[in-house]
Amino acid sequence: MTLPARPFSAGRLCLNLAIWLAALLWFLPILVAIWVAIHPAADQGTFVLFSPLTTQNFVDAWHAAPFARYFLNTTLLVLMIVVCQLLLATMAAYALVRFRLKFSGLLFALILLQLMISPDVLILNNYKTVGALGLRDSLWGIALPYLASAFAIFLLRQTFKSIPLVLEEAAIVEGASRWTILRRIYVPLARPVYIAFALVSISFHWNDFLWPLVITDSVNVRPITVGLQLFSAPEQGVQWALVGAATLMTSMPLLVLFLIFQRQFVQSFMRSGIR
Amino acid sequence: MSSLHTAVPAARQRGLSIQIYGYLLLLPALGFLLTFTHYPAVATMWESLFSASRNGHPAQFVGLDNYAALLDDDIFMLSLRNNLLYAAVTIPLSVGLALLMALAVNRRLRGSALTRAAFFIPSLLPMIAIANLWLFFYTPQLGLLNQLLALFSLPPVNWLGDPDSALWSLMAVSVWREAGFFMIFYLAALQQIDPRLSEAAEIEGASRGHFFRRIQWPLLMPTTLFILINASMNAFRIVDQVIAMTNGGPNNSSSLLLFYIYRTAFSFWDLPAASAMTVVLLVILGAIALIKFNLLDKRAHYQ
Repeated sequence: MTLPARPFSAGRLCLNLAIWLAALLWFLPILVAIWVAIHPAADQGTFVLFSPLTTQNFVDAWHAAPFARYFLNTTLLVLMIVVCQLLLATMAAYALVRFRLKFSGLLFALILLQLMISPDVLILNNYKTVGALGLRDSLWGIALPYLASAFAIFLLRQTFKSIPLVLEEAAIVEGASRWTILRRIYVPLARPVYIAFALVSISFHWNDFLWPLVITDSVNVRPITVGLQLFSAPEQGVQWALVGAATLMTSMPLLVLFLIFQRQFVQSFMRSGIR
Repeated sequence: MSSLHTAVPAARQRGLSIQIYGYLLLLPALGFLLTFTHYPAVATMWESLFSASRNGHPAQFVGLDNYAALLDDDIFMLSLRNNLLYAAVTIPLSVGLALLMALAVNRRLRGSALTRAAFFIPSLLPMIAIANLWLFFYTPQLGLLNQLLALFSLPPVNWLGDPDSALWSLMAVSVWREAGFFMIFYLAALQQIDPRLSEAAEIEGASRGHFFRRIQWPLLMPTTLFILINASMNAFRIVDQVIAMTNGGPNNSSSLLLFYIYRTAFSFWDLPAASAMTVVLLVILGAIALIKFNLLDKRAHYQ
């Protein structure tokens, strides 16, 4: 944006003020949570200006429930899912794009059906399937329905298609195997798409709730969302300061990720939509 | 493929082995998709045609009885109505707000990165966390909204405990989360509009409103369609905040489709009913998806 600055006008200033105010109001729920979390629990619900700052609520919340375990579970779960999604999708997209398979059109249509029926609607039958496999209440049990992502296959297929065949032909002449070609040409060139999909997928699975709620019933596999829900259930006798602290804690990793990758985040969410 | 005749030309055989190689690459992804998407969808339809198997009695084929029973299930019909209302209210609101936000953030103003983050961050948080944040606002005694009302000496409202307001309170949460998310797509589309257009409009002396109506809005149409489809899909899969905030209550006034499926399947263990409801939901989602493929992908998305 290197356009010359517009001349000052009162109307523009008012509009800008209105926008800032709207943004502040929009962000208010999060600001309130921060306020409640960093002040003593005794002051919850009142906004005493000079109330002392404290980190005690975070410490208390951390010890009031096995949050460390929940964090570990969610981290492992998200890693498992995203790595498998990318691996399987890479193989599938490569096969669809470069192997001239006989039924590739039909197979791709089958794959795209998942975009229409998302696994979270099919909890009942997936619960039975995972149970039959003996994987109920395990991290793999939570991950299984998500390991193959139609969306990842779709994105990678588009990207692979746009990579010029000439590159591959040159590599074949050099005597490279198909795996080498995939590893040395396709994957590096599709890097932005991998990052984009990974960010979208991480944020989705970090936040996923219903399926893990259904399929887990022990601390050792419970992800952070289910843990937070149990922690803040009304039976606790509502401890706003603790709940606020726990809520912020569970969202923190995603927020940090967002701040680090702000540009990629915005771009990847855009990329996931419009081409 | 050692059983092949030697008469098969070598090239053909190489072609065949490449086909097999390709299918093997595709197999893992396809296997998982078939097991956890296609099979359960078909199995759900199949099971919705049978009665429950009770203590040793095998399930009987009952045709469409389960669906007929849904029509008589008041709570299901209420959930369906609630869900349609939810969609009808939250979709236009969140898409409209998203457009306003995108236009606001797209201007050259100080701190636009900050305002963009303020609008977008809510859509990154887990729904369960968001539910907790909003409970601060909604709780009867300490809730901020009631403290605000008290400032103006208005009587407190039991936001989540009153059948008339519970569903609307959930809608507000959905809109708050979705609007910032959809803003991103509008922002992307706005930034793809050729800057020369706005320069030309400025030279011609066109007002901002006129420029929006005549240039930006038509160019944003594909984006709007895309967002509308996504918002509709989301609106029928809402469940987290219902579980976290109202549990469908009071008196099922905030029960939605997927929530009621969850309750029927995992609290009442009425599997035939849950299967039939799942099929209804799949039909709704499928219809939305068909609209999507017909409307959006005229731009040769999938070819």
